[in-house]
Formats: sequence, C-alpha cells, structure tokens
Amino acid sequence: MTHVNRSTRFGFRLWTVVVIAFLWLPLAVVAVLSFNTSSSLAWPPKGLTLHWWGKAVQNQGARDALLMSIKTAVFATVIALLLGTAAAFAVQRYRFFGREPLSLMIVLPIALPGIVTGIALNAAFRQIGLDLGIITLVIAHATFCVVVVYNNVLARLRRMSPNLEEASADLGADMFQTFRMVTFPLLRSALLAGGLLAFGLSFDEIVVTTFTNGAGTDLQTLPQWILSNLSRGDQQPIVNVMATAVMLFSLVPVWAAQRLTGEQSGLAGR
Amino acid sequence: MTTAIDSPHRPARRVSRFLDARPRWRLAGLLTGPALWLVVLYFGSLMALFLTSLYRLNDDATRITEQMGTSNYHELLTTSVYRDIVVRTIGVAVLVTVIDIVLALPIAFFIAKIARPRLRTVLITAVLVPLWGSYLVKAFAWRAILGSPGGVLDKTFGSSPGYGLPAVVIVLAYLWLPYMIVPIYAGLDRLPDSLLEASNDLGAGFWLTFRTVVIPILFPAIVAGSVFTFSLSMGDYIAVALVGGPTQMIGSVVYANFASNLPFAAAFATVPVLVMVFYLLGIRRTGALENL
Repeated sequence: MTHVNRSTRFGFRLWTVVVIAFLWLPLAVVAVLSFNTSSSLAWPPKGLTLHWWGKAVQNQGARDALLMSIKTAVFATVIALLLGTAAAFAVQRYRFFGREPLSLMIVLPIALPGIVTGIALNAAFRQIGLDLGIITLVIAHATFCVVVVYNNVLARLRRMSPNLEEASADLGADMFQTFRMVTFPLLRSALLAGGLLAFGLSFDEIVVTTFTNGAGTDLQTLPQWILSNLSRGDQQPIVNVMATAVMLFSLVPVWAAQRLTGEQSGLAGR
Repeated sequence: MTTAIDSPHRPARRVSRFLDARPRWRLAGLLTGPALWLVVLYFGSLMALFLTSLYRLNDDATRITEQMGTSNYHELLTTSVYRDIVVRTIGVAVLVTVIDIVLALPIAFFIAKIARPRLRTVLITAVLVPLWGSYLVKAFAWRAILGSPGGVLDKTFGSSPGYGLPAVVIVLAYLWLPYMIVPIYAGLDRLPDSLLEASNDLGAGFWLTFRTVVIPILFPAIVAGSVFTFSLSMGDYIAVALVGGPTQMIGSVVYANFASNLPFAAAFATVPVLVMVFYLLGIRRTGALENL
C-alpha cells in the first residue's frame, strides 16, 4: 500500500465521498420522483406511491420502446463483436499498409460528436435510398460500438502468449480447432466485457439515433420515447419509473463486467 | 481433453491448411468486414458530408444546388454570432475537461491505490452505474435540481445558478465525469505499487511522488478521458437545450439547421471534426488511443 499520511488519506476519502454523492444526486432525485404522488417535477414530493410503477408496466409505448432498444442493441452488439474482433486480430497479428490509419478510423466514430456521425450517416442513407428504420439504426449503432470490442480484444491479445496457439498447432489442431479450443476460451471474458459495453452504449444512445432511425412511433427506442415524453407533463412520472428501472437492471451487467475483466482495459464510451 | 483430432481430409482442415500457408489471405479475411464498414461506409459518409458543406441552398432556400463554393464557411467565419458560438463551445469543452480531470484524479487514486479490494469493487460500481442511467433522464433531473425558483437546490439551500451557461458547464461536467474517471482508474490500476514505494524510499513525499511519478505515467489515460469529455461536450445539444436557457452551442446550430439548410449544418459540423482530428493526430504518439 502506498505511503499516504492520515490527513491526506482523509482528504482523498472525503473527495471520493463528495464526488460519488455528486454522481448519484440526480439519480436519487429521479428515483424519489418516480414514487411521487403528484405528476409534476416539484420538489419535495408531496407523498409517495407505487401508482406510476404500475402504470409504467401497463404502458404499451414504453414496453414497445424497451423492446426496440433491446433488439437494436443486440444486433449492433453482435456486429460489433464480429467486426471488432476481426479488426483487433488484424491489427495485433499483422503488419500491413494502412494499419495505423485503420486503428484511428476505428476510434473515430466515438471520438467525433454523435451529431456529426448522425448527420453524416443520415445523409449517406438518404443518398443511397435506404429507408430509415431498424436496419439503418443498427448499422449506425454498430459503427460506434466496434471500438469498445476492439479495444477489449486488442488488450487481451497483447497479453496472450502466442506459445499456446503454437503448441495447439504442434499437437495437430487445425486453425479452426485452435481458435475454438484455445484462443476463444482465452478471449471469452474480454468479448463478454466488450459486448456488455457495446450493448450499454447502444441502449442509451439518443443523438445518432435521432438521425438514423425512422420517424414512426412504432420504431422509437427507449431514449426516443423518453425524449418525446419528457415534454408531456402527464407522462413525466412514467419516464422517471422507466429510468429508475433501467438503472437498477444495469447493476447486474456492470457488476458482472467488473468481475469478469478482473483488470480494467479501458472502457471506451462506458 | 477427449476431442479427437479429425482426419486430414475434413473440409475445415483443408481450408485451414490452405490458409495456414497464406497469411495475406488470412489478413484479407479479417480486414474485409471492418474496412468496408469503417472506411467505405463511415469515412465515406463523413466525406460526403464534407462535400455537402460546399454546396448551398438555391435563392429561395427550397433545395440544395450543386454549385460548389465556400460560402457556408465564409458565413460561419464572418458572422459574429457563429464565431461566438464556436469560441463558446470550445471554451465550455475545455472547462468541462479541466473540471472533470480535477474531480476524477483524486477519486480514481483513492479507488485504485488506497481503498481495500472489497471497497474498490463497490466504489468502481458506484462510479459505473450512473453511466448507465439514461443520459436524457440525468439531464432532465438536473433541470429539476437547478430550476430557479422551485428546483431542488433552490428549495434546499435557497439559491441556485438557474438555467444558463454555468448550468451547461455543471451538467456537462457531471454527465461526462465517469468517462474521465474510468480511464484514469484503469491507468492507476496498471501502475505497480512498487513504483510508488520506490519513490517513497528515495525520499519523495506523497505529493512529490504524485506530481513527478503518478501524473506523468497517467498522462495517456488523462488524455484518453479528455477525448470523451471534449468531444461529447462539443457535440451536445440536448442537455444544452434542457438547462442552457438561451445558450447556443455548435451542436444546437447543427441540429437547428439540419432540416432546413443541410449544407450549412454540414459546414458547422466540420468544426468539431477538425478540432477532434487534430487532437487525435496530436495525441496519437502519447499512446492515449489505446486507453480509450
């Protein structure tokens, strides 16, 4: 352990407590308001009720939006896993012309503001005559999800000894068998961590989504549903409920990713 | 392991043997997907957007003419409102980044180097979970907190900054803070304790060690975090609209012009692209990109 004297240690502890309180303050406000008897954002709440939680469960729009978000995030994550892993293998195992620019290109979709990615892809989709909908949405989301998988897999490949794969080949396994029985098991936790991050990134995205999803209400993702209902006072408490519920659910994957990776290899975006 | 190695005539084995001798083919197989997706689709779209920024609307602003020119950029650079917006946005992005570094360094250090392992897992989860709370809901919660009169701060402490530029800085610093904490924490986690002990053994006090050993080693991680805080601040328009009052940022202008005047929106959008591309090129050598 580091040599930190008591007062410095206390200072660090206090700072940590204050910053974590700052991080949780708005979330606590939302959670409390989701039990508010009145439907306004007025503080403090007049009384507490479970009424809105019941309403939210029955709200068709919210349920459809949740389903749409999950579908989009699943497809985008699968594509990101395939592309991100392939790119990580190429960059880590080979030397080729354009290697540096490619690794920069993978980072670009997350390093540029979402609105730039959003209008660029929107214009491109319209140009090639692709109707906006779940397909364009998944394409757009996969684009910025690739980097989280890529970084996680790349970090793992760097630490992986090539001896294991060579030993497997020496023992007579072909390339695919080696991948299935040696490489993949070693990559599994990195893929899971990257996949979870990609899922989370896609699930909460609103800016790129605004520009690359279709206009129909049947296509709304959860963030789009929230955005369109934020302005409607009567729906406000249901928005609070949905937000609180999603946050509670997120505890599971965050904790899991935390345990799986052991060490942090960087969490692009998340 | 009970799996038998199959006969050499299995098709997979033949493919494997074929590829084994041909690294270029393997590389092509790995690269085709990512290259098509990121270079053709994504980079192609960005280039098309840049091209659009050189077009302009016809005189009655009903459709885009294909006359190339730099009139959009000219308008952007010569209209003082737009210049102010660019300067304000970059200023906010810098300020938000600095605030987040100051907030993140001590907490990341505490989690990685002072807290016991069990507390560490609890704390890192406490930092990550807010990141999964919906961006929109968090921004909207700040609306309820900062509102003046009647917001949480106003009701509790009797004063609040209200909506405006200070609120934008507070809320953006809040929203992107975990993006700064996580890479710094990861950087510290990789930093061996023995290095700090060596510095201590050589007579350096805690703060001297912090300044001359920890900060330089963390530099790539801090830069990686700043890519997020900077880029996300430059593009935001939703939080700005919710808590910014009349404040306009680059994102607000791009969003407002997207439907009515795409070439101008495209020209405005190239500002953050240029800033970020130069930033990324500048930091490439620090190794920050691998910390993202």
